[in-house]
Amino acid sequence: MFEYAPAPESRAVVDIKASYGLFIDGAFSDPADGASFKTINPASEEVLSEVAEGGPADVDRAVAAARKAYDKVWSRMPGRDRAKYLYRIARIIQERGRELAVLESLDNGKPIRESRDVDIPLVAAHFFYYAGWADKLPYAGFGPAPRPLGVAAQVIPWNFPLLMLAWKIAPALAAGNTVVLKPAETTPLTALLFAEICQQADLPPGVVNIVTGAGDTGRALVEHAGVDKIAFTGSTEVGKAIARSAAGSRKKVTLELGGKAANVLFEDAPIDQAVEGIVNGIFFNQGHVCCAGSRLLVQESVYEPVLASLKRRMARLRVGDPLDKNTDIGAINSAAQLERIRTLSDIGGEEGAERWSPPCDLPDNGFWFAPTIFTGVTQAHRIAREEIFGPVLSVLTFRTPAEAVEKANNTPYGLSAGVWTEKGSRILWMADRLRAGVVWANTFNKFDPTSPFGGYKESGYGREGGRHGLEAYLDV
Amino acid sequence: MSEARVAVRKTYKLFIGGKFPRSESGRSYIAQDANVALASRKDVRDAVVAARAAVKGWSGATAYNRGQILYRVAEMLEGRRDQFVGLGLSAGEVDEAIDRWVWYAGWSDKITQVYGGANPVAGPYFNLSAPEPTGVVGLAAPPSFLGLVSVIAPAIVTGNTAIVLAAKDAPLAAVTLAEVLATSDLPGGVVNILTGDPAETAPWLAAHMDVNAIDLTAVTDPALATSLEEAAAGNLKRVLRPPLTAPDWSADPGLTRMTAYLETKTVWHPKGI
Repeated sequence: MFEYAPAPESRAVVDIKASYGLFIDGAFSDPADGASFKTINPASEEVLSEVAEGGPADVDRAVAAARKAYDKVWSRMPGRDRAKYLYRIARIIQERGRELAVLESLDNGKPIRESRDVDIPLVAAHFFYYAGWADKLPYAGFGPAPRPLGVAAQVIPWNFPLLMLAWKIAPALAAGNTVVLKPAETTPLTALLFAEICQQADLPPGVVNIVTGAGDTGRALVEHAGVDKIAFTGSTEVGKAIARSAAGSRKKVTLELGGKAANVLFEDAPIDQAVEGIVNGIFFNQGHVCCAGSRLLVQESVYEPVLASLKRRMARLRVGDPLDKNTDIGAINSAAQLERIRTLSDIGGEEGAERWSPPCDLPDNGFWFAPTIFTGVTQAHRIAREEIFGPVLSVLTFRTPAEAVEKANNTPYGLSAGVWTEKGSRILWMADRLRAGVVWANTFNKFDPTSPFGGYKESGYGREGGRHGLEAYLDV
Repeated sequence: MSEARVAVRKTYKLFIGGKFPRSESGRSYIAQDANVALASRKDVRDAVVAARAAVKGWSGATAYNRGQILYRVAEMLEGRRDQFVGLGLSAGEVDEAIDRWVWYAGWSDKITQVYGGANPVAGPYFNLSAPEPTGVVGLAAPPSFLGLVSVIAPAIVTGNTAIVLAAKDAPLAAVTLAEVLATSDLPGGVVNILTGDPAETAPWLAAHMDVNAIDLTAVTDPALATSLEEAAAGNLKRVLRPPLTAPDWSADPGLTRMTAYLETKTVWHPKGI
């Protein structure tokens, strides 16, 4: 493989403060008990900043601020004015896009190419899209005068930090709710920069509150008696705990949880194009994607050429500095996640699957995992059943379309699925039968603010994006 | 000479998989002056198996076909109108229930257009969202006949199959409805009706890992409703919670009872030459 000269994006565009407080009622403030935690760059383990850890008293204060803003300002404001605030936010995000992209890559470890070309443009597009709904809610199909719910408690993961924030905050605000959002503990920085953007947009205080912290902070938030709505993106295990804790309450709950998507490749698919999609499906964002195509189902007749092409392509993937514009695969987000990926991969080997990774120089510092495939995987293997949330692909085979459907659906999850075939009728036949909220046919990992996203079965309930995404934030 | 004819009495049984078994537990109880089967945990599980087996055919039927079958149910209901009135229901309520069934029958081939649609994504992609049935739905039925009809019809019209826990003290109309369903071209297993004590059977239904959704509208005991919702979290069932105030079954039902058991599937495909 020929060498690329390093092409690093400049860090100079971001100004990371030494410490951050909680963003409550329009201003940054210290947590009641003064607790804090460090957020690091997973590509170097360098400490980026010290971030406040919100406790129950802080959550209380944030919910109270959100309630006051809801009662006194936001729920009374005409939709057209809410819209203008959201448009302002969308514009500022576009203007500060490079800054947000670099900060996201620093805190998360994802390649700058993805944060710059995928995450941040989608964030701006999401705010732009929902801004337009704010004064059109009577036309959304939920009755002539749909009402907001009140205060929304929102807890988001670390894989797409700012994009998940946008998916949560934009529809909530458009519908007239106020929010308290807890970013993931390993990736709080873009959410805190977003708080500054809210200030820059002159968003009324208390409409958006950002409370940083870990699991305990999130639990205090979703279990707070003063919230009317819970929106959570994260693991199925935590999602179930939230569903249990909300039982008997009036809190409306939407959950976007784990996945174990099948990517089904038929023998008539153009192999190189399909392999490109398979690689994108599992190695995009280091595989830290709930809808990742982590199970490749290949029709037996083309198994050999597909595998050869896949290995050839994987050998060309560039793993390394997230800020390098040539990088395909960045750093694993945290030591804990790396440990989980290693553990499940080791189990894959122990259970009898065959492991392969291309030769790959990994940096000495930071958290790294080479792109990996397992062949000879059966449906009983843990790597075929459990979400690894890393750059690890399990390859299985099938003979008939019916068998492909059976295997694809043989999971408690149902978030996404992929189909690769040249035959139109087969695409539609498969799409009808795959039990998943999103089906990508001859493509994968595509997202758009107008397109509803969310799962069947244990991948959660509710949809984000599109007209459907409003339902989660309206009293309907 | 005219002697009073000795009437042939009816045995009120369960309705599982299109058949009318007694409870496997052999138990019965007295309700509305009749012996009625007292369903057990095993009956719940048998009903789930029957409902699951019926999902493929029923959800795979065309919307037109499902609509016709539901309309056929309304025809059969109309034919047995007097039988329901004979159970002590008001004629007005029976008429309302029949009309409600007709209303839902018509939704089978309309809900997809109303609740789904094309999404104008920013790229060269075909992108379509359409609702699909969630699968097997557990329904705790309200005691009123109009309520009973109003929870079953919206669940099945979109292609789900259902397990209905009839209200403990008003099981006879539910069993009679089962007899209507059994003679209406509705495939066996699409609706399964269990009489007995929902306080006993609902926990098994709420915790069953092969049930996709549960309707708690008619659960009036808040503690029971909460524990059922907690059990439902085990496999993240879609839960329809009891409303704050008692539901008015004569009001316009809206779409909620259908959309509560629908999943939205979005399909992407590139456009190109």
